[in-house]
Amino acid sequence: MAIGVKVMKRPAKDVSYVRATLKGMAITFKKMFEPKVTMQYPEEKSAPESERGAWSISPRWRGTHRMLTDEQGRSKCVACGLCPQICPANCIKLVPGEDEEGHRYPLIYEIDEFRCVFCGYCQEVCPEEAIHVGVHYENAEYSRDRFVYDLERLSSQTHPVSTLWDPTDPKGE
Amino acid sequence: MTPELKGLLLVSIIKLLVVFTVTMIGVALLTLMERKVSAWMQYRLGPNRVGFGGLLQPAADGIKNIIKEETFPGMANRVLFMLAPALAFIPALTLGSVIHWAAPLPVNFDFTLPLLGRFVHTGLMPMAVADLPVGILFVLAISSMGVYGIALAGWSSNSKYALLGGLRATAQMISYEVAMGLAVVPVLLLTGNVAFGEIIRAQQVGGFGWFILPLFLAFHNFLVAGFAETNRLPFDMPEAESELIAGYHTEYSAMKFSMFFIAEYTNMVTVSAMVTTLFLGGWDIPFTHWDETPGVLQTIATGGMMFLKVFFWLFFFMWIRWTLPRFRYDQLMALGWKVLMPIGLAYVMLIATAIYLIENVAGISSGLVKMLVLTGINVALGYIVFMVLDRGLLIGGSRERGAASGGLGRRAA
Ligand code: SF4
Ligand code: SF4
Repeated sequence: MAIGVKVMKRPAKDVSYVRATLKGMAITFKKMFEPKVTMQYPEEKSAPESERGAWSISPRWRGTHRMLTDEQGRSKCVACGLCPQICPANCIKLVPGEDEEGHRYPLIYEIDEFRCVFCGYCQEVCPEEAIHVGVHYENAEYSRDRFVYDLERLSSQTHPVSTLWDPTDPKGE
Repeated sequence: MTPELKGLLLVSIIKLLVVFTVTMIGVALLTLMERKVSAWMQYRLGPNRVGFGGLLQPAADGIKNIIKEETFPGMANRVLFMLAPALAFIPALTLGSVIHWAAPLPVNFDFTLPLLGRFVHTGLMPMAVADLPVGILFVLAISSMGVYGIALAGWSSNSKYALLGGLRATAQMISYEVAMGLAVVPVLLLTGNVAFGEIIRAQQVGGFGWFILPLFLAFHNFLVAGFAETNRLPFDMPEAESELIAGYHTEYSAMKFSMFFIAEYTNMVTVSAMVTTLFLGGWDIPFTHWDETPGVLQTIATGGMMFLKVFFWLFFFMWIRWTLPRFRYDQLMALGWKVLMPIGLAYVMLIATAIYLIENVAGISSGLVKMLVLTGINVALGYIVFMVLDRGLLIGGSRERGAASGGLGRRAA
């Protein structure tokens, strides 16, 4: 059950441990004085999309959701039921309602952000471009139940929304 | 008690307190230094929030560790589990007491206190808590005790990872003790004494200069063995995060974990001080003989010199840590038993023969000539070891495995 190990005939300078160590030490020492890349987070934050630099998150970032609203401030959602249907994490709770004129709207629309896997399918499937995943990452809360976002909360978010990945323009140009 | 004994006791207690305090604070700052140096070497900034530039980080860590919960793994052997950190901690701190931190200080006092009586101390006071005549032997003996703490921690935790870490530590530390002991022997051959004070004196006035040049290979072996003894990278098998979680201290929390940590850093300080003492002239300030006449100023200056040297070696520990990846376990054992030990043994024979030939056959008694000859021998030996032997042979690797054509299978059999 011998394992055949191929042994390369390398020149001595490539297999010397001590010389390699010294070379490595020279490199690590030099690195100590090179500029640092740490971003001092709470003071420095990801730059907005308009002034993209080294430290801004991608416009395709899929963060916590946002529900878009129309001019009257009502959510654009027509309670079609597609997003709860496609959601792989089954974390959208939708109870549809209908007003006198026959317009459907969500009576209850809740997203459990803890169960969400941020796949972005809900945004992709939505016929009204109502629900979106957001370009946003500061989500800390003091209690677990605050992570179930209701309709009001989703509608009042203001952060930018994700552009998602466009198969016809894979590099986002 | 005679007044002289009381005086000796008094200065010893003062030295003890000073060394203990300085070690503890130094170790706390060392953890910060380690984190800073590792950060800088990786283009990061390191801790910089607590206090000015992160200076209070060790205090924050300490407070956190004190108020954290003590956890006990189920079915652990409680007594040994509690005992292990102390067994690692006590020998580590004990070692600091025999090291000479500065030139001897002339201390003369004669006073009488109510109730306690008369205290007298005259003459030179060595700047070590205990100026043991068996210095180096004491260090070798006590440093082996540290392995009990680690082995017991691994054994008593009732965890596979901890047990493996403990077993590795035991094998590793015992193996490398051999290499370390052999690396010390040439120094003893040159000085003819095991007391640290005498070893430093020999390097100061013996005409040899520091032993790093005439005994370069011993110095190298000692350094490598020192890394293995302190379980630092590239020999941190007992902890090996990527394979063993945290090795022997996986199950430890809060202050008990801290004690292992402090022990490790104290051992680093001790090994640094040992390297300095044995091969770099201890507190000796190079190119001057001013520091050999005792005085307060000289003590302070040599203390600073000692600090600089020890500091360099501590930095060196961190430097190596971020340069070399961890060894494989069989490579580690092979390096200890198949490389360092034979080299160490041959080196002892060679140096002993060389000294005999120089002194008794050639009849040269001048220290300088002796040193030059030994340095020449070391340059030749260094060339052989580092340029000729070191071709993938020092670290048991592909070549050995290729020769056995399936060494893995053979080794398992
Ligand atoms: S992003 Fe994916 S997982 Fe999250 S709510 Fe939308 S469809 Fe569900
Ligand atoms: S897919 Fe859009 S319109 Fe349909 S229920 Fe979801 S959010 Fe409302």
